[in-house]
Amino acid sequence: MSQADKLKQGQFTNPETPGYVGFANLPNQVHRKSVKKGFEFTLMVVGESGLGKSTLINSLFLTDLYPERVIPGAAEKIERTVQIEASTVEIEERGVKLRLTVVDTPGYGDAINSQDCFSTIISYIDDQFERYLHDESGLNRRHIVDNRVHCCFYFISPLGHGLKPLDVQFMKAIHNKVNVVPVIAKADTLTLRERERLKRRILDEIDEHGIKIYHLPDAESDEDEDFKEQTRILKASIPFAVVGSNQQIEAKGKKVRGRLYPWGVVEVENPEHNDFLKLRIMLITHMQDLQEVTQDLHYENFRSDRLKRGGRLSSHGYILPLSPAKGPEPEETDKDMILQEKEAELRRMQEMIAKMQLQMQKQGDGEGDGPHV
Amino acid sequence: MSEAVMADAMVSPAVGGPYVEKAGGPVVDFSYVGIDAILEQMRRKAMKQGFELNIMVVGQSGLGKSTLMNTLFKSKVSRKSVLATGQEKIPKTIEIKSISHDIEEKGVRMKLTVIDTPGFGDQINNENCWQPIMKFINDQYEAYLQEEININRKKRIPDSRVHCCIYFIPPTGHCLRPLDVEFMRRLSKVVNIVPVIAKADTLTLEERDFFKKKIREELRANGIDVYPQKEFDEDAEDRMINEKIREMIPFAVVGSDQEYQVNGRRLLGRKTKWGTIEVENIAHCEFAYLRDLLIRSHMQNIKDITSSIHYEMYRVRRLNENNTVVARANGIPEHHLAAHEM
Repeated sequence: MSQADKLKQGQFTNPETPGYVGFANLPNQVHRKSVKKGFEFTLMVVGESGLGKSTLINSLFLTDLYPERVIPGAAEKIERTVQIEASTVEIEERGVKLRLTVVDTPGYGDAINSQDCFSTIISYIDDQFERYLHDESGLNRRHIVDNRVHCCFYFISPLGHGLKPLDVQFMKAIHNKVNVVPVIAKADTLTLRERERLKRRILDEIDEHGIKIYHLPDAESDEDEDFKEQTRILKASIPFAVVGSNQQIEAKGKKVRGRLYPWGVVEVENPEHNDFLKLRIMLITHMQDLQEVTQDLHYENFRSDRLKRGGRLSSHGYILPLSPAKGPEPEETDKDMILQEKEAELRRMQEMIAKMQLQMQKQGDGEGDGPHV
Repeated sequence: MSEAVMADAMVSPAVGGPYVEKAGGPVVDFSYVGIDAILEQMRRKAMKQGFELNIMVVGQSGLGKSTLMNTLFKSKVSRKSVLATGQEKIPKTIEIKSISHDIEEKGVRMKLTVIDTPGFGDQINNENCWQPIMKFINDQYEAYLQEEININRKKRIPDSRVHCCIYFIPPTGHCLRPLDVEFMRRLSKVVNIVPVIAKADTLTLEERDFFKKKIREELRANGIDVYPQKEFDEDAEDRMINEKIREMIPFAVVGSDQEYQVNGRRLLGRKTKWGTIEVENIAHCEFAYLRDLLIRSHMQNIKDITSSIHYEMYRVRRLNENNTVVARANGIPEHHLAAHEM
């Protein structure tokens, strides 16, 4: 049979033959473009002081994100409210660029009365969503910077018997706004049995209180067995019990990241000692998924809530219609009035300018070549 | 004359008195009266009466308070060991729970009361969480005072006063938290506070030293006087011993009620994948120092300071409550009067 006949029969032919269209190459193009563009990822860390958050972040990304850190004493802590500190670092590995922003929340849980300590955090998350919504609705959408929080590591103290009341309250306040990944900090305090017991307690309490933590998606059926097995192991180990360290210790003849005690060395990257490697693998293999869930679930929830409530964005943004079912709320009418007043003022000013220009034109005509208006 | 001396010599009790058996026959020490015999009498009386010790443990849930008590007294004395269900739910308000045990060692009996304070520091809003504890301590002083001023009072007033309050500091490695400072500031004026760093197996030795130094600085900066208080050192010898202790507090402790085989011996410890932490090994943690302080060397001193200083301050304030003018005239400083207020 001739090639033409084969084509007519609609057989799929190998790339060398004229029947090959070539769109199988698309994923490679996407890949190359993404690599060139680079990835953005924002990670928020929340937890009481002294749980090793900074050390863990430095260990995870093998950088020093907090070079000039000063830890305040108790007296200063009494005055402090929760701060938001964002540090951005560009990491490059094998040509792939990652712009990583770590949002720290010092002061969380420190005060004697922690009643309102997380309203600052929630406002921050909402602000990032608001900003993205505003950019997305704007006229120039070329360079939208995505500062939305893609993932929140919540550090649970290993010392308690499970979740504290503050832990429960906080996670319930943000589980609809951001992907929550609970992490048991300073896990070298626990023996293996204590660790298993604590993990079970935490999972039970998360169920009991209806907290929605981030769930790893199941491996696709066409992935290889290793990946499926890895995903299974990861899912079974949540919440991850981790240990971080900034120091290299000599153990068994080689240098490892770890903590040196009189009774032994805890190796950060040893899966028998703690779940650090699992956390790192989870973060890296699911970075894309975390971004997607943030976009498709949390952001969309925020957006629909926001638009149902308000309908109008700031004066720079594209003005969207109010939902006809709901009238404007009293707040909104005030804002509407202010907006209308401002518009009236603008119109007046425009009229004045037009008049002035006319005058100048007349003068200009009188003198010959005048400026063209 | 010699007869009188001989008579005295024979009457002396069997406490290695002046009768010293030497090769050449008994030798009589003429300058010995026998006053030191009173030590033995006191010892026997104390053994018959037994001792009382009331320890309060304060700290957030999960810091190992119950385990440490069990480790200190090598028996299940904590509230959790007594409870059948071993409930671990955080209570909504602070509760004060006392459990008493009679323990005995080499004929010496002790009535040990461990006062637990579940719910302390566990809530979201911990303001004034020290008030129930202050009230409890003052109530014990009040009960003792009431008994003391009775016309027909008991021969031995039952002593339920809190002799020592062990405050558990979480091992953050950074510094004290505002709650820690507030609590210790208020309570160090009415009770002996012994701060300890709980679950210290989470700190490396360098982190431990740094943390302790920070804590000592903050205690000093806030005027918090923990046991052994500087102002109650009686003489140079006391001061020397206590200075050494003051340089070491807070003790970094690890508790355990499980035994493991280490180098052929059975020791109390915690077994992990990277090694076994021995509770009584001073290279690993400072539990042994805490035990020696509380039980072996300073127990009586702790009780003395409670009764002769803290209780007396309370008593003076109470008895003078209606006569503050009289109090001032007697030269009692204001801060002593105000100390017991919350």
